[in-house]
Amino acid sequence: MSETLPLSVVNNRRPDRWIRFDADRSVHLAVGKVELGQGIITALSQIAAEELDVALGRVRVLSGDTADAPDEGSTTSSQSIEVSGASVRLIAAEVRARVLDRLAQRLNCSPDELSVEDGAFMRGNAPTGHDYWNFAHEADLARDAEGNAPRKPHSSYRIVGTNAARLDLPAKLTGAAFIHDMARPDMLHARILRQPGRGARLVALDEAAIRRAAGGAFRVVRVGNFVAFVGEGETVVQRAATLALDHATWDNARRFAPDQQEAASLVGRPSIERIVGEPPPPDAPELMQAIYTRPFVAHAALAPSCALAEYRAGKLSVWSHTQGVYPLRQSLANVLGIERERITVRHAQGAGCYGHNGADDVALDAALIAMQVPDRCIRVQWRREEEFAFEPFSTAMSISLRAALDATGRPADWMAEIWAGTHVSRPSSGGNMLAAEALPTPAPEPKPQDPPEANGGGGTRNAVPLYDIPVKSVLHHLVTRMPVRTSAMRGLGALPNVFAMEGFIDELAERAGQDPVAYRLAMMSEPRARRVIETVARLANWSRGPAGTGRGFGIGFSRYKNRAAYAAVVVELDVDESVKLRRVWCAADAGLVINPDGARNQLEGGIIHAASITLKEQVTLGAEGVTSLDWDSYPILRFSEVPEITTELIAAPEHPSLGMGECTFGPTAAAIGNAVAHGLGTRIRAMPLTRERIMAALLPS
Amino acid sequence: MTRFEVNGQPVEVAAEAAVPLLDVLRNELDLKGSRYGCGLEQCGSCMVLLDGEPVYACSRELGSVAGRRITTIEGLAAHPLVAAFLEEQAGQCGYCLSGIVVSAAALLDRNPAPSRADIVAALDRHLCRCGAHTRILRAVERAATALREGLPA
Repeated sequence: MSETLPLSVVNNRRPDRWIRFDADRSVHLAVGKVELGQGIITALSQIAAEELDVALGRVRVLSGDTADAPDEGSTTSSQSIEVSGASVRLIAAEVRARVLDRLAQRLNCSPDELSVEDGAFMRGNAPTGHDYWNFAHEADLARDAEGNAPRKPHSSYRIVGTNAARLDLPAKLTGAAFIHDMARPDMLHARILRQPGRGARLVALDEAAIRRAAGGAFRVVRVGNFVAFVGEGETVVQRAATLALDHATWDNARRFAPDQQEAASLVGRPSIERIVGEPPPPDAPELMQAIYTRPFVAHAALAPSCALAEYRAGKLSVWSHTQGVYPLRQSLANVLGIERERITVRHAQGAGCYGHNGADDVALDAALIAMQVPDRCIRVQWRREEEFAFEPFSTAMSISLRAALDATGRPADWMAEIWAGTHVSRPSSGGNMLAAEALPTPAPEPKPQDPPEANGGGGTRNAVPLYDIPVKSVLHHLVTRMPVRTSAMRGLGALPNVFAMEGFIDELAERAGQDPVAYRLAMMSEPRARRVIETVARLANWSRGPAGTGRGFGIGFSRYKNRAAYAAVVVELDVDESVKLRRVWCAADAGLVINPDGARNQLEGGIIHAASITLKEQVTLGAEGVTSLDWDSYPILRFSEVPEITTELIAAPEHPSLGMGECTFGPTAAAIGNAVAHGLGTRIRAMPLTRERIMAALLPS
Repeated sequence: MTRFEVNGQPVEVAAEAAVPLLDVLRNELDLKGSRYGCGLEQCGSCMVLLDGEPVYACSRELGSVAGRRITTIEGLAAHPLVAAFLEEQAGQCGYCLSGIVVSAAALLDRNPAPSRADIVAALDRHLCRCGAHTRILRAVERAATALREGLPA
């Protein structure tokens, strides 16, 4: 039985760890997935309310808490509805069934005679006087879930599939709602002087100069090359940390060459190689070849990372906007050398999280300080420049594509050669939290690794085309030494890979003299994939005029991870010296959709985020490190640059839910790349598609 | 001691004059809806109204608001904009929203019938990383209509 259970249930079999009924007639739902701005708390509440037959408003969610919520690992990879949603559905159905079975025994009737109306139990049409709140304790909810309770058919859903309003949005609109807003009575503020990089040594720190200029009291906490300024006043410690940049002397700090900020610099570096798909044919004729690149990009969350920690009576409590409270607890235990049972990590919401950002790092910062300053709550807030300089970036990628064509102009074999750093270096998967590298005994250098294909791959994510191509081969070079720390960001390698693949498909279509949509459909046999492509073409009234007019029209498609949601995107834009997005259409198939408006919000957000990366974003490096340290040097898409967006969700409730928070990422980048190529009449294969690149492309060669 | 008005209430703050208004609002007055995003006047998360005009609280020194009138998001909780944002589900993480509502309130105050371009211009100094822009623009339009017609958003 257990192999058919969702992973989160396998790891947390007791229903009473998930669901209990509180005295105020609410339902307490504890989950391990956390709210990152994606609306997961609302969607999981809908699923629980549906299966339990209670009003949505009765569900109160506790998410991400090592003391009181189940361990569901990390909130990543568009897995929350697929895995946690399936788990909550199964557990809620089992709770309902067990309680009704027990009531049937009590009433000496068949469970089939019983029903539930907003938590109250009915026999026929008559109230039994029993409900979850006065009767659930009679059932054994501590016994391991078996997964055999009947779940509702989707045709009877009343709450799942509706546009329930986000439960967390009102507080976020009007007041305190984020970890940044938490305040405890004995709280001290702290800021960090960051080690410039692994191996750098602090040889001098002019504390007196900092104190003279900071204008208030603080203490300096120093552990090896980890330095923190801690005090009652947030303004003062912020000043101290800013001043410290000019009053600290480091040696052994790494230096960078200008070209290290470009993806091309990765090609030929020492790497771990592997082949995904078929081995390339040894003597394949290479009729077409092109190299596509994307530079390093930042998560650039709107709020710099923040954490709170306190160490009292030998126990460490941490509040964090981490994606995984249990993995963070283990990582903290490893670094601090204390048993994980003495650590509690509780999730508190941060600004939008698109992957492995500074959340875990700042949690270690706070914990280290708390261990040095016990019995006080320590609140660490990163500075904006610190966030931009030290968050883990999404790796640059260079993707070389080659195809041999058959007589009809379609690819007969397809070969992708990818150069990239790691896409996942979470502390729980071999990476380091920053401060661990500054300690007197620094954490060892992480061993580079990338997610296996079973998890969707990292550098290889979406590198294998879904199209009907006889031979598909990917050679992945995982570059082992990178100029900057890289880790997981929305879609991992999917955005660069789909940008490259779908751009190259357009190049092949053009060579064959065929329309891009028709060309794709001619080599796509999967019905759900065809349907999103056909739907978006209809939405956008697809019909392309000649290239090079300045008005561009382009399409992009992928099925995220080749097994999550399907999405096709069409972009209309104007391009002269720069790109002005006009309209974007998107069709997506995510199977059973729990909250259609929430799903659309994710599609739209993914489109805008991907457009921003495609058109504008690049982490830049100077000799001493990252130079894109603010929103001027790391610009993102603004209100004046955002297109009109039309989305259509394919109705497919008979299919399981498919993760869709990342599904528009690759198709949007590809559609923009293809529309720019159409509008310009010449193709730019290097992101971002900036004014400089467009001007260079327009110069007569 | 600096005296000024916040959300219609007189306040006295002992902090030194050079302390950023944002730190005073958040840490002295417990008004957490104004948020730290950059401290550089680049993102708009900290936007408040100073005598009705939107200003960045992150860079505004306390001393400069003596005797003046500050409105934070907490003072706009009953504004039709808030209802309109909820109606449109205009947001994802929500971190940018309080500053955006503040700027939008100032816009609607001086221009009750803004065009889409007017709204874009008023919000263009605000950053939203999650990509809720199109919903936010619709929410401001909805609030403008509600205000003009005296209807709930």
